Amino acid sequence: MSKIHVTTTVNGDTVEFLAESRDTLLDALRDQLGLTGTKEGCGTGDCGACSVLLDGVLVCSCLVLAAEVQDKQVETVEGLATGAELHPLQRKFIEHAALQCGFCTPGILVAAKALLAQNPDPTESEVRFWLAGNLCRCTGYDKIIRAVMDAGAEMRGAN
Amino acid sequence: MRLHTPKTFEQAVAIAAAAPGKTRFLAGGTDVLVQLRAGMVSPDDLIDLKHIAGGKDISATGDGGWRIGIAVSGAELGRHAGLVADWPGVVEGMQLVGSTQVQGRATLVGNLCNGSPAADSVPALVTAGAKVSVIGPQGQRDIAVEDVPAGPGRNVLQPGEMVTALILPPRGKHGGDAYLRFIPRSEMDIAVVGAAVNLRLDGAMITEARVALGAVAAKVMLVQAAAQAIIGTALQDADLDALATAAIAAATPISDKRGTADFRNDIVGVLVKRAARIAYARAKGAVK
Ligand SMILES: Cc1cc2nc3c(=O)[nH]c(=O)nc-3n(C[C@H](O)[C@H](O)[C@H](O)COP(=O)(O)OP(=O)(O)OC[C@H]3O[C@@H](n4cnc5c(N)ncnc54)[C@H](O)[C@@H]3O)c2cc1C
Ligand code: FES
Ligand code: FES
Repeated sequence: MSKIHVTTTVNGDTVEFLAESRDTLLDALRDQLGLTGTKEGCGTGDCGACSVLLDGVLVCSCLVLAAEVQDKQVETVEGLATGAELHPLQRKFIEHAALQCGFCTPGILVAAKALLAQNPDPTESEVRFWLAGNLCRCTGYDKIIRAVMDAGAEMRGAN
Repeated sequence: MRLHTPKTFEQAVAIAAAAPGKTRFLAGGTDVLVQLRAGMVSPDDLIDLKHIAGGKDISATGDGGWRIGIAVSGAELGRHAGLVADWPGVVEGMQLVGSTQVQGRATLVGNLCNGSPAADSVPALVTAGAKVSVIGPQGQRDIAVEDVPAGPGRNVLQPGEMVTALILPPRGKHGGDAYLRFIPRSEMDIAVVGAAVNLRLDGAMITEARVALGAVAAKVMLVQAAAQAIIGTALQDADLDALATAAIAAATPISDKRGTADFRNDIVGVLVKRAARIAYARAKGAVK
């Protein structure tokens, strides 16, 4: 079957790739574009490890077809840092030891970035509900929540 | 699998009607992509509906109701102040669907057409008296939401037919609705029981009511006897007990890993009372 030619923007760069109709955005990011920061935990929308922003909206890239992103803006974890300078969320995750194996981390960073963009000063329970679709088998979540709240505070200029 | 991106409903229907094999529509894809991956469905033609003009619109109808486009996501629904004010139960049902990530994609019509007996947005759509506009090779028709599911994973749409919009009736004065579900955790699970109540008051007295249950039968069910139990009452304790008794009598739950039939029956009674209290308070303007 003929492949579908897709042109889209990923982390600000125009990219092109060929996709099978059944390929997901997650497949395309990892296998075609070599952006392996985005992880596959389940492939069924349950774990959030594959979280990316699609036109600014937080989605599971395993639940988006690769062909659907034609002419869209995709942001992955690779787009968080500016050159060598980490995003405040990334720094706070390290500072708070908010990761162990790190498999969930890219998805949580992207999801947390989306939260702080629309709610710069979330309560703890808002952070927990927002991140309910991001599973972590290691940390017990507490340090993740603290790191997100602390990053929010820094980004607001509160400390 | 061929992927289509029609720009109009007419094109979409023409593609569906001409397709020789299995077709599926793609709205948010939060059911379709999971089913594709699991090998549960293997469509020859997948028709993406998100390029059809007007799909993202929520507009007021001439009579004071709402017309919701087929590509409106749960998150977009929740941000629409007018809809939240009129039909808080419908919005809270949809917003229980999945995670933040799922809310960015999932649609009301997808939730309905997927045909799950546990679909969280459907009971409140049923109690609201919502209907869907459908077009197909035979032309246009409207179907009441309660008549759309045909059993687990099935709906009554004929080959080539599709939904073009969801229509909510005018809220009118002194009305309120609510939806509650029980899950064993606080987020991200499938309803063990769902209960929706919509009612209208004249003073303290309930003059109109609709009650619907999810996850306790092969389809979401409208329970007329439960509504009758509270119409003409001021929702006193005895009326709430009669409501619960009627709802439990109508439910035909199965026992599975999420709960036994006995447990589900108990929860039906608990949730339907709580939902009725919330709907009543909303109708009085006491709470959002
Ligand atoms: C992690 C996760 C958690 C979930 N949690 C919940 C939950 O808590 N509660 C719940 O109820 N559901 C849940 N779901 C299921 C799913 O998200 C919902 O059913 C959702 O509303 C489906 O909408 P969609 O737009 O994604 O549908 P799609 O997957 O695009 O479509 C679903 C079905 O509807 C049909 N369809 C779509 N639009 C039309 C149309 N206009 N005309 C005709 N047919 C159409 C499609 O052909 C398909 O069969 C969850 C799913 C995931 C992945
Ligand atoms: S891989 Fe997409 S949600 Fe788990
Ligand atoms: S750090 Fe291991 S899954 Fe979260």
